[in-house]
Amino acid sequence: MPPFLYIFLGALAIVSALGVIVQRNPIHSLLALIATLMTVAVLFIGEDAVVVGFLQIIVYAGAIMVLFLFVIWLLNLQVETGPTGHLALKLFGSLTAALLATELFFILAPPHLQVKFTHEPVGYGSLASLAGKLFTDYLVAFEVTSVLLLAAVVGSVALARRLPGTDDPRAARKTAS
Amino acid sequence: MQTLIQNLIASGAFGKNPPRDLVAAIVVFVMSLVVFLAIALPFAGIVTWVERRVWARIQSRVGPNRVGPQGFLQWLADGVKIVCKEDIVPDEADARLFKLAPFLVMLAFTLPWAVMPFSSSLILADLNVGILYMTAVTALTVVGVLMAGWASNNKWSLIGGVRSAAQIVSYEIPAGLSIFPVVLMTGTLSMQGIIRGQGWAPQHWFLFANPFTFVAANILYMSSLAEANRTPFDLPEAESELVAGFATEYSGWRYACFSMAEWGNLFIIGAIITTLFLGGWQFPHVTNNVVAMNVLELITFSVKVLFLVFLSMWIRATLPRVRIDQLMTACWKYFVPISFVNMIGTAVWVAIWPDGNVAMGYIMFAGAIALGAIFIQRVIYYLRRSQMEVYLNPTI
Amino acid sequence: MSPFNLAAINFVWLPILPLVVVTVAAMAVLLAGVRVDDSESEGLGLLTLASLAVAFVFTLGILGQYGVAFAGAISVDSFSAFFELVILIAAMFTVMMSLDYAAENRIPGAEYYSLLLFSVLGMMLMAAAGDLIVIFLGLETMSITVYVLAGIMRRNAKSNEAAIKYFLLGAFSTGFLLYGIALVYGATGTIKLGPIHDALASGAMGSNPLLLAGIGMMVIGFGFKVAAVPFHMWAPDVYEGAPTPVTAFMAVGVKLAAFAAFIRVFMVDFASVGAHWQTVLWVIAALTMTGGNLIAVVQTNIKRMLAYSAIAHAGYLLLGMAAGVRSGPAILYYLLGYTFTNLGAFSVVIALERRGEAGNQISDFRGLAARQPLLAGAMAIFLLSLTGVPPMAGFVGKFYIFSEALHQGYVGLVIIAVLNSVVSAYYYFYVLVAMYMQEGGVEVERLSARPALVAAVGLAALATILIGVYPQPYIASAANAFHSASGAEGSHSAALEP
Repeated sequence: MPPFLYIFLGALAIVSALGVIVQRNPIHSLLALIATLMTVAVLFIGEDAVVVGFLQIIVYAGAIMVLFLFVIWLLNLQVETGPTGHLALKLFGSLTAALLATELFFILAPPHLQVKFTHEPVGYGSLASLAGKLFTDYLVAFEVTSVLLLAAVVGSVALARRLPGTDDPRAARKTAS
Repeated sequence: MQTLIQNLIASGAFGKNPPRDLVAAIVVFVMSLVVFLAIALPFAGIVTWVERRVWARIQSRVGPNRVGPQGFLQWLADGVKIVCKEDIVPDEADARLFKLAPFLVMLAFTLPWAVMPFSSSLILADLNVGILYMTAVTALTVVGVLMAGWASNNKWSLIGGVRSAAQIVSYEIPAGLSIFPVVLMTGTLSMQGIIRGQGWAPQHWFLFANPFTFVAANILYMSSLAEANRTPFDLPEAESELVAGFATEYSGWRYACFSMAEWGNLFIIGAIITTLFLGGWQFPHVTNNVVAMNVLELITFSVKVLFLVFLSMWIRATLPRVRIDQLMTACWKYFVPISFVNMIGTAVWVAIWPDGNVAMGYIMFAGAIALGAIFIQRVIYYLRRSQMEVYLNPTI
Repeated sequence: MSPFNLAAINFVWLPILPLVVVTVAAMAVLLAGVRVDDSESEGLGLLTLASLAVAFVFTLGILGQYGVAFAGAISVDSFSAFFELVILIAAMFTVMMSLDYAAENRIPGAEYYSLLLFSVLGMMLMAAAGDLIVIFLGLETMSITVYVLAGIMRRNAKSNEAAIKYFLLGAFSTGFLLYGIALVYGATGTIKLGPIHDALASGAMGSNPLLLAGIGMMVIGFGFKVAAVPFHMWAPDVYEGAPTPVTAFMAVGVKLAAFAAFIRVFMVDFASVGAHWQTVLWVIAALTMTGGNLIAVVQTNIKRMLAYSAIAHAGYLLLGMAAGVRSGPAILYYLLGYTFTNLGAFSVVIALERRGEAGNQISDFRGLAARQPLLAGAMAIFLLSLTGVPPMAGFVGKFYIFSEALHQGYVGLVIIAVLNSVVSAYYYFYVLVAMYMQEGGVEVERLSARPALVAAVGLAALATILIGVYPQPYIASAANAFHSASGAEGSHSAALEP
């Protein structure tokens, strides 16, 4: 990936990420987040991690963001209006952010830490190499992830399922008709 | 593609030592434009006419037959009319997003053509993740649809958008899972690689490779119809309830974008299933002439795809619309679990017969022919019983 | 060439057999509970108890083994076995407390017990992890299930509040841990603990800023999970709102697992860069002890008081960590004693709770000694152990940790700790005074109707005394466990023979 493209995409990702927090309309924020994720996906693809890039598009931009949107609509989040905090708080926040940014700069500035470009082996980022990693080095992590997701599903169902004894709208409709 | 670019550079058409990337970009751009303007757009247009004619015949009507021979030019007339209409942006709409949405839908419709395997050489880019790319870019439709539904600031639009999004997100799961059996058998995601893994004869198609792929193909087809908002899954634009769903507020060429993408997607659905399960462009090697072979392959591929497109028209003309709860039940309680079974079943199958089981191909193909025969026999039986007059002439 | 180098994975099933048992049991409980009514979930509880016991037996098989499995993702040593055993014990106690509690409060049994088992799986993974990813995944599995468990009494507003609060802060803190892991990976180029240990021990890393930032983030992440000041804000509300057995599970299980990973990563793998993080932990330990004890003094709710007491105990443990590698065995021993003591205390709290109205105020303990002398006696044992009065387990643990810290010259910190212990005596004895010298309080439901709970109280009391009176074998096994961890990693970590 040519450096100028990398910088351009990186800047695009950062700008759209800023858009997520700067915009007041939650839908606009969400769309900006989709843009960020897409740009990151393109960055992945540009760095030869092709499968990961496309999976990112399918899973995040395609599915998870839509669920986010549903949540926003379900909770009926509106455009934020009015003051969002004290001026002092904002000042303190931006000052801290600036300090952290400076710190990060100093952390990353030393030349021995700067990114070294290496040539990845042939087939890097392909489905086969990804699968190879997942089923050898990261086998335990891979399997545990599935258990984690199962546990999360069980948990969310436990919290979200209709409590016994509460009104079931469908049952009510049946008895009415 | 690579050789084409090399030849172009060597021919000096771009001057001496042109930057390679630039030439490649221009070539890709021009070719994409050709594919899009010469294939995708006319297809989407013509298919609207074909669909109306097919419905008309199924419903014992005549259908559009005035503009041009047999009404063939109807799509052009409609197109010109719709483009000439005023492009209205409602006052209360979120104008920026309202205007952006049709472009996103068009984008999701355009991008898949890049990996469309028309023949052994006719393919813009044979990505090694082709089918994954296809799934990823078609998934973008949902963003455009949601954006359109929300930005219109209209209840019908919003409900249409939400329904569409729910439907697309849900059905993406069985659709994605139904691709895996084929990937398991070929070990590649490339469109051409998958097609090369099959033969021209039906018993070598993945459709008949084993019982699981047969089920997977059917699930993929039904899920794709749902993702494309086709009847019987056309709840997002159910005319009787939602006017035109997420596209209610659109007019002029922006509306045309939505409908064009919708009809054009039929081809993409057909192409995906043809590639994965129906042997793609595979044709017996009858001549050494590369051009002739490619033409034959192109015809094979198109015939298969168009058959699937016809099938979806047939379904649309005959089946009633499902309810939203039936839609979700079908997806989550039946398609998804069955898809998992397909995946595991195929994995076991591949483990037992790594090179495939040819006998199974013959058996399943024979079974499919038997099914078809039974179907035709029933049709004839009922036609006789109802003493219906049948006109086989397609033109009126 | 096949990308699947199966020979390198090193499949050894024995070390992960307990994990497999717990996972399968979780799914089995879920399936078995489909048709079980919420008020009749004792059967599921017994199934859970049985499977935990099976896992316990399998874990005993790991003791004495030594090495790494599954391409370094799982550490097999006595350290992980020790923690897995204690976690399983804590889980078994929790189930014993829950048997009647869950049924009485109509907690959905299938979900409750399967989530409990999933949570145990996450904890055991944290104890047995051989790389940072598995630690993270274990932590997530544990946390997500505990978030839900905290809010599983959905008709109870406080339970809901606890779940939301715990979830929001927990998710936030997990982000810190994950970012820390990413930075450590960036600095060392590896995610596996053994190679990280080697890379740091070689001294080439120096004070690499990425590494330091990563370590700092990880301190925050673990600090949240062990409820160290200033990352403790969630603990009291969550402990108060969650169903009491879950509170016990959180106060003990989550803490055990978090400390297991914390100790393994910091005291073993980051030991060579100890200068960078021990000072931080010094401050955090001092703050945690002082903050926890001082706020506990003014509590009137027993669950909140125990929450702050748990924070204070985390402070003593962090003291041990700040003091360096030598106090490792002491920390392990302390955790063992703390487990039984705290589980016992919460069991007594459950015994006082009644359906509908929670008897969670300290004033509810008034006159308990007259009505239920045995229950009051058990509670007295636990409170004395928490205070650190001989001959209870708490005393030996504290003594052991403090003396090791003194040996290494952490005089200031030990003075703070001893002063804090004095403060803590005030609020522990307050409950004792209420039980033995005051009158009033609530009636306790017939204990004979809750045999499992009585067994839990009795066993915990017995263990608290036993570990305190006769500590040698436990100290020995704690030392053995800790040394096996520090030996198993690093240059001589060998793959187990399948």
